[in-house]
Amino acid sequence: MPSVSDILQTMDYGPAPEATGEVTAWLKARASFGHFIDGAFTKPAKSFTTANPATGEPLAKVAQGSAADIAAAVKAARAAQPGWAKLSGHGRAKWLYAIARHIQKRERFLSVLETLDNGKPIRETRDIDIPLVARHFYHHAGWAEMLAEEFPGAKPVGVCGQIIPWNFPLLMLAWKIAPALAAGNTVVLKPAEYTPLTALAFAEICAEIGLPKGVVNIVTGDGETGAALVAAEVDKIAFTGSTEVGRAIRKATAGTAKKLTLELGGKSPFVVFADADLDGAVEGVVDAIWFNQGQVCCAGSRILVQEAVAEDFTKRLKKRLKTLRVGDPLDKSTDVGAIVDPVQLTRIRDLVAQGEAEGAELHQSDALLPPTGCYFAPGFFTNVAPANVVSEVEIFGPVATLTSFRTPDEAVELANNTRYGLAASIWSENINLALDVAGKVKAGVVWVNATNIFDAAAGFGGYRESGFGREGGREGLREYLSEPAVKAKAEAKAEKPDAAPIPGAPSKGAAPIDRTAKLYIGGAQKRPDSGYSYAVMAKGREIGLAGLGNRKDIRNAVEAAHAAKGWGGATGHNRAQVLYCLAENLSAREAEFAATLKAAGVPNPAGEVAAAIQRAFYYAAQADKFDGAVHSTKSAHVTLAMPEPFGVMGIACPNDAPLLGFLSLVLPAIAMGNRVVAVPSQSMPLVATDLYQVFDTSDLPGGVVNIVTGPRDELAKTLAQHDDVAAMWYCGSPEGAQMVEAESAGNLKVTWTLANRDWMGADGQGRAFLTRATQVKNIWIPYGE
Amino acid sequence: MQADAMAHGQNSPRNTGVPLQADWFDHVAVNTPAAERRAATLTTRRTVKKEWQAAWLVNAIRCIDLTTLAGDDTEDRVRRLCAKAARPLADHIMSGLGISRLTTGAVCVYPTMVSAAVKALRGTGIPVASVATGFPAGLMPLDLRLAEIRYAVDQGAEEIDIVITRAHVLDGNWQALYDEVAAMRAACGAAHLKAILATGDLKTLRNVYKTSMVAMQAGADFIKTSTGKEGVNATLPVSLVMARALRDYGARTGFRIGFKPAGGMKSAKDAIAWQILMKEELGNDWLRPDLFRLGASSMLADIERQLEHHITGRYAASSRHALA
Repeated sequence: MPSVSDILQTMDYGPAPEATGEVTAWLKARASFGHFIDGAFTKPAKSFTTANPATGEPLAKVAQGSAADIAAAVKAARAAQPGWAKLSGHGRAKWLYAIARHIQKRERFLSVLETLDNGKPIRETRDIDIPLVARHFYHHAGWAEMLAEEFPGAKPVGVCGQIIPWNFPLLMLAWKIAPALAAGNTVVLKPAEYTPLTALAFAEICAEIGLPKGVVNIVTGDGETGAALVAAEVDKIAFTGSTEVGRAIRKATAGTAKKLTLELGGKSPFVVFADADLDGAVEGVVDAIWFNQGQVCCAGSRILVQEAVAEDFTKRLKKRLKTLRVGDPLDKSTDVGAIVDPVQLTRIRDLVAQGEAEGAELHQSDALLPPTGCYFAPGFFTNVAPANVVSEVEIFGPVATLTSFRTPDEAVELANNTRYGLAASIWSENINLALDVAGKVKAGVVWVNATNIFDAAAGFGGYRESGFGREGGREGLREYLSEPAVKAKAEAKAEKPDAAPIPGAPSKGAAPIDRTAKLYIGGAQKRPDSGYSYAVMAKGREIGLAGLGNRKDIRNAVEAAHAAKGWGGATGHNRAQVLYCLAENLSAREAEFAATLKAAGVPNPAGEVAAAIQRAFYYAAQADKFDGAVHSTKSAHVTLAMPEPFGVMGIACPNDAPLLGFLSLVLPAIAMGNRVVAVPSQSMPLVATDLYQVFDTSDLPGGVVNIVTGPRDELAKTLAQHDDVAAMWYCGSPEGAQMVEAESAGNLKVTWTLANRDWMGADGQGRAFLTRATQVKNIWIPYGE
Repeated sequence: MQADAMAHGQNSPRNTGVPLQADWFDHVAVNTPAAERRAATLTTRRTVKKEWQAAWLVNAIRCIDLTTLAGDDTEDRVRRLCAKAARPLADHIMSGLGISRLTTGAVCVYPTMVSAAVKALRGTGIPVASVATGFPAGLMPLDLRLAEIRYAVDQGAEEIDIVITRAHVLDGNWQALYDEVAAMRAACGAAHLKAILATGDLKTLRNVYKTSMVAMQAGADFIKTSTGKEGVNATLPVSLVMARALRDYGARTGFRIGFKPAGGMKSAKDAIAWQILMKEELGNDWLRPDLFRLGASSMLADIERQLEHHITGRYAASSRHALA
């Protein structure tokens, strides 16, 4: 050890290792872990080893969960669920409180264990991960207490299968288990194979406090175990992990009625404007991409800097890189620890090498890395083309890209030039600019002049291929509650559209002049691309012809919908005015619509028109009232939860209730600012096509509602597969619902497959439609001068 | 090694000042929450233990401006302080640490106490710093303030800790502030000028940055946070912003400016915290007394107790250490 005099020369920090005695003794005493099922640990059959990535040393043997283990765990959870749900909110709150308390009492133990298993610095586990875990359980003890009052009539989902990643092992467990338990669900959780130990310690805590058996079940294992859980008899799957696996889960659960939330990858922009506090932003990069070795789904991995300060910022960032300390995660002065596993290290190395080979310039910390263990020197790329692999692919390591932009518009364009949409960080001292950009970036979480700030009271989750659903806060809890059941009603079967003339069933009744119902695209009537029409029959007679839409019409309609950008930016009041106007014009033509419905054989034509008018009033009323919240998170932070429209939505309407079914879906979607491509009732599209004139006279901007008539499920499939459609509602057959869910996996669009219902009844409208028409963006704005 | 080898060394050319240039600071962006976040995590990201902790505490001692600035100061009181400055640690602690010579960076007193301090410190190599210019409020006619500087220098002070007119900052009158500090610098002559910004009165971090820059442009050798008499004295966020300002000034001019936090820092823990800030933001050079001072009175006593614990493994009692 150097002497005091020596150190006075170097002024080095010296080693400051966190002691591991308590944890290694715990590991030694157990050596081999079973699953935690029905309140007890199983005897492990097949095991694998989990190791410390900082040293490569094995830590413990952990059981490899089989389909039978999963089945046993699900059975235990199923058996425990009614009793758990029957507890009063206060009863569940007491359990969650006990968990929170015990986590706090075991804080250092869990921090050290997490660092050993994951490789992240002890500073992070001690100051960030574990305190947030405790906070999450406290927060949800509160939700359990208030559930009945805050969510009247809501029921738990049932048994939840939860699959979590290795980057924040215990924190992700908390994000999954706390809301599930608060809402009255029981869980089967599978921790990541690299990092199962804190979940097992958590299981011991559950046993220590005497949590009713079966409420929490932990089954360890790899991807196969996860797949078994996805396939098991659970009511919900909550997954955090890669987009690739998320896509597979989306496909696997399609049509199963399992509720699904996915929190997936990201390539989040970190936007630095010229007027930003550049030193602050440099520290932001440290907290963004050099936090947790860059193994953070919401890491700001694409640094975008305004040209005027790009050189200055780059210089500062290079300098800051030099003072990062890389090495022993247990050392209290370590900034960047070990990569979780050799497999991940290889992946990072390969991607970075490929990025360099494609011409990007790598700037890396010159810190001496420990000779053994999984380490990667943090850094960033410059001279990186948008098409370079490192610009597009999530590296999931401590390496960002840095590119410049010229104007705020270009910043937004670049920020959104990604398939992901998890988070964004925006640095500017101009609140007008910062909030403008915060509104325009496609991301579920936006931090202004900050990054990677988390709190249990705020929602977290992504747009686009970063997944769907939220974790944390009120919006996160909703994912663990089931909506009051809707009384499903079978829809009338639609005949296959027939494009051939039907001479035996003349349509001519009283109408003096033949009418042509075209498609409605971009506010104009368009001939179908196919050039075909199909006969619309009622009571065995042809009452008209409708355009036979095809995939190209869908393509055109989606493009027209995208062009109608202004609608999302219109005020709720403006949208309400259009909807009121629509009601007014519909009312003026009430008799005509009733007559058409009557001719179509609808049972209560006058009633359906009246209900449609009322519905337009209802969503006009909601247009400026269905708004967000300010979450109570950290001091001196405003955390805005803003419901935002998806943008372009696809809507496949029920075959029943040709007017009311159509409007019941289209109106809430556009009331929230979406533009829609709707496929109306296949059998009776002529009521919807009669609406064109109503739309036109109501000042509905062209492209906000686009209508393509024709074979519903075929057109719905094109919509579900369309990568530029952000959300899709489908009301039709179970097979169609499964198809839509499976096909939506391409861009992981948000889907809602809803049952046909009595559209005149209470199930025909409500806030549930608006919740489904929006996604919540949480914007964090720290303040203080 | 000679622990005081660098004490008061002047290794870099002295700041000559530059003409007032408001464009160096007019549009400065300091985001307060971001600065506070950085300041808060500096000490959670770094720590020093065992020998390193001891060494860092010894280093803190050689950077301390051991200070008495009280209305009841007497020459005897000042002599006692000087004795402590010359021999800040008990002999057994010194030998336990394996170091032979150690003094504080300076002794800091009122002008009327300078002569007593100079006498008491003769032969120790410890410079005497004097506050001046109507300390602590600075609201005296300028000619009297300049005369006070000359008086302190005449008495033998090698460093003058001046206070600025806060009103100039609050009014945005940078020219007046510049002229005032430049005149004070001229009055200092060979003595080094430490400009006390009284950051607790300036309130915003932007003001702190701007004022730092004007003081350096006007020729300050050191910028210093506080008199110790404001409502809020040295804080890490304020120190962070001042450190960045002197870094920026250095980048533009090549002059290395010193930094002195003062007031409210009482513990060994504070001594470590500010050194971490210096090392991380500015580098090791700013851990030497020619570029870094800690303005403190009671901090030394706590450091001595910690160091004794380091040597003996027993928790120490102040009553067993010589008073400052």
